[in-house]
Amino acid sequence: MTLEFGNPDRPNSYIGKTVPRPNAGKLVQGRGRYVDDIVLPRMVHVAFVRSPFAHARIGRIDTEEAKSVKGVLRVLTGADLAEVCTPWVAVLAHLKGLKSPPEHAMAVDRACWVGEPVVAVVASSRAAAEDGAALVEVDYEPLPAVTDMMTALDAGTPVLHAEMGDNLAFQRLHEEGDPDGAFARAHKVVSAHFRTARHTGVTLEPRSILVDWNPAEDQLTAWHATQAPHMMQTVLAKHLGLAEGKVRVICGDVGGSYGIKVHVYPDEVATAAIAKIMGRPVKFIADRLESFTTDIHARDHEIEAKIAVDETGRILAFDIDDWTAIGAYSVYPRTSAIEGNQVVNLCGGPYDFADYRAKTTVVFQNKTPTCQYRAVGHPIAVAITEGLVDMAAAELGIDPIEMRRRNMYADDAYPVTSPAKMRFEGLSHHASMDKLLEIMDYDALRADQAEARKRGKYRGIGIASFIELTNPSPFMYGIGGARISAQDGCTVRMDPDGSVVALSGVTEQGQGTEAMLSQIVAEGVGVSPDKVRVITGDTQVTPYGGGTWASRGAGIGGEAALQSARALRDSILEVAAAMLQADQSQLDIRDGAVVDAGTGEERMPLEELGRIVYFRGDTLPKGLPRELVQTRHFITSDYPFAFTNGVQASYLEVDTETGVVRLLKHWCVEDCGRIINPQLVDEQIRGGIVQGLGGALFEEIHYDDEGQLLNGSMADYLVPMAAEMPDMVIGHVETPTRESTLGAKGAGEAGTAGAPAAVMNAINDALRPLGAQVTEMPFTPERILRALGTIAD
Amino acid sequence: MTELFRDKVDIDLTVNGEPVEARVPAGQHLIDFLRQTLGLTGAHASCEHGVCGACTVQVDGEAVRGCLMLAAQADGTEIWTVEGLSDTAAITDLQEAFVARNALQCGFCTPGMLVAAEELLSRGGTPSRAEIREHMSGNYCRCTGYEAIVDAVESVAQARAGKGAA
Repeated sequence: MTLEFGNPDRPNSYIGKTVPRPNAGKLVQGRGRYVDDIVLPRMVHVAFVRSPFAHARIGRIDTEEAKSVKGVLRVLTGADLAEVCTPWVAVLAHLKGLKSPPEHAMAVDRACWVGEPVVAVVASSRAAAEDGAALVEVDYEPLPAVTDMMTALDAGTPVLHAEMGDNLAFQRLHEEGDPDGAFARAHKVVSAHFRTARHTGVTLEPRSILVDWNPAEDQLTAWHATQAPHMMQTVLAKHLGLAEGKVRVICGDVGGSYGIKVHVYPDEVATAAIAKIMGRPVKFIADRLESFTTDIHARDHEIEAKIAVDETGRILAFDIDDWTAIGAYSVYPRTSAIEGNQVVNLCGGPYDFADYRAKTTVVFQNKTPTCQYRAVGHPIAVAITEGLVDMAAAELGIDPIEMRRRNMYADDAYPVTSPAKMRFEGLSHHASMDKLLEIMDYDALRADQAEARKRGKYRGIGIASFIELTNPSPFMYGIGGARISAQDGCTVRMDPDGSVVALSGVTEQGQGTEAMLSQIVAEGVGVSPDKVRVITGDTQVTPYGGGTWASRGAGIGGEAALQSARALRDSILEVAAAMLQADQSQLDIRDGAVVDAGTGEERMPLEELGRIVYFRGDTLPKGLPRELVQTRHFITSDYPFAFTNGVQASYLEVDTETGVVRLLKHWCVEDCGRIINPQLVDEQIRGGIVQGLGGALFEEIHYDDEGQLLNGSMADYLVPMAAEMPDMVIGHVETPTRESTLGAKGAGEAGTAGAPAAVMNAINDALRPLGAQVTEMPFTPERILRALGTIAD
Repeated sequence: MTELFRDKVDIDLTVNGEPVEARVPAGQHLIDFLRQTLGLTGAHASCEHGVCGACTVQVDGEAVRGCLMLAAQADGTEIWTVEGLSDTAAITDLQEAFVARNALQCGFCTPGMLVAAEELLSRGGTPSRAEIREHMSGNYCRCTGYEAIVDAVESVAQARAGKGAA
């Protein structure tokens, strides 16, 4: 199959163009349908009584008073649910040594973090359920809480799960070459201690699920705000003892995900179990405090790291010692070892060096579980790598751009395998850097910085090159035993009026999946995008697939859509050739009509072909295939992941009196392979950057020593607002992957991956004349003033 | 506590141009009344603290947090939600600009965002980007990074100013 992507004048050239999102119109009119908008007959609501202690034995539970509240229908304990719902263990075989104890939908005899569900109160309204929950009496016997990451493995620290033996969930050491030798012979060694704060996703739509069990049909239906409907189908079936075919997961509009909604949450499984017990629809919508205490957290890492360089600035080695604490359980089914594992995989990513040591230590603690959140591990690895590269450049007196130039893999070096054993098919670090310097006008910014300094203003420029893991193969999860599909499928059909319906296994979380698919199918078949209706997010309707995570929607789901669309085109043309008594190879479909491929002359509109096939099949030759429905699946097979690359720059000003950072402008050049819709890619990158900027400057979940979460509201956990955010300039280099016809790689996480490092380097560039440096995120005014020595206590 | 919350209040108001009479629980928030009782699911409950703006609706011409106002307080008011503002074409230009500029991704914040933007634009004049950013800072968006929203609001402000001048 050939499509002349390089020719903008080709017929049906929708791939590569900005076309409107088909689902945006309903959303601006408030006609979206999120889970909480759905009301079913006999629907009831569940509210959870949650542990107020980080670690406690659960004693007597008194539900009598709760049951007396008007509207309360049922009160269930963890033991009640355990009768219909089996616990899960979140380990993967390829993450050797990863351990985690069985976790129940609700705590049975011990609660292990503040917010763990303990009792469920079901009522005719959410308000009544909450009134009932407030009256449930639980006798807790507090147990010692493990809250400090770095002492979690110390002999004096209590073991959180006695049956696990210790608090170590996972450890991985990767060594390549001779790092000790490289550090011994290095011209300079620069080391630093980094910290990234505990974040959470803060989806504007809280986690939401509505589950109906229809015993008359043995059918469980879950309307679920999720990124992975088929994965959830498997999980609900397995733990509720149902056949997978008896579980249907429907994912309509989702109000933001960013990785938060790809995991299995105890309260959501509990909701399904309660629906099965009660035989009627049960809705659970997390409130905002529940979101902060029970949505997965992420990024809680402390890292000791060093870089070895020679006299010319060549990088010889990195040595990374990463620690992270994942809460009380590894999260099902993707596990909580992936983030640390990614740090090991991704450090040093853009650079051509030989000797590498990286270790991650993943420990349990009595806090909310952590797991995969947008750009998993990338912001950490990029901050470590780019922070060290800048520090080394400063030590050597080399400009940070030049330092990177001397070390990045050459653009013609591919394919290469990195010291972390990551395989790169084709990246463009140097071309991307060229593009960045062009769009940011680096020299002019340096001049502005120098001029500002004369006025006593401390401005800084920060650069961060990065790689991003996209298009994951079964090497990500399937190989470890998780029933998470790396393959995805698309069914495309032509209806009698010549319109096209595409059913895809990838899902829409707002990034524009349905627009992307409509463009690909439109071009693949030969109709305009407005003739394509895209259906996603229903396990009973779409082909089996993985959903949307790890930047796979366009690269995997898009290729399946293209292949199925081209197959439908061939089917249509086979019928058309018989009807027109023409050579099929001489026909094409353009703008909804069969045309002569050479002249473009219209031969027959698709609605006429549809009329004949569906209503006058008698006039077609007997035996002529007339399948105007085609399904294709796609999976990557040459590389475990399609890596992308890019580079970001931040320009900012630090107020050295107050410690406040003002972002002046931000740039990102990204190479995500073939761009399907430039506007959607740019806006995903901008959104990703701002999530990264939040991590750099504001976002931090705070706990006290007892494991109490201290900032569980949007007023206390700060996320970026419009006034503080800069305008962002986005540029592109396109290196399509050769694994697919489409050539698309992922773009959803690049912004988040690189932004924190760019801001850190910019702050340190600004503060360098004052001898100050920050490496602990977020870079709050307090931390900056401490670095400056203004605050000393 | 439960005795108090079982108390009901009669209210009489106008919602999207239509008269509404209802008996509401004294503790019910306006956003829950609009969503659950009237089925107006365009505005959303999100932070429930008056911080994020997803529940923003127009009450007597002002952008108001539906999660900070009780339904009982809405007696005698005139309320417009995104549904009514759509039906009357009052904000069609803003909605079209949001779609054209892709100033929304998941769309959960968008109805509130539109009401907040309309409040700013209805004051007249052509606000600067900084003024737009400042005004919109009571409405969180976790998807877009805000720039597209600022672009969309700015373009409508300029277009309306151009029309007014012509």
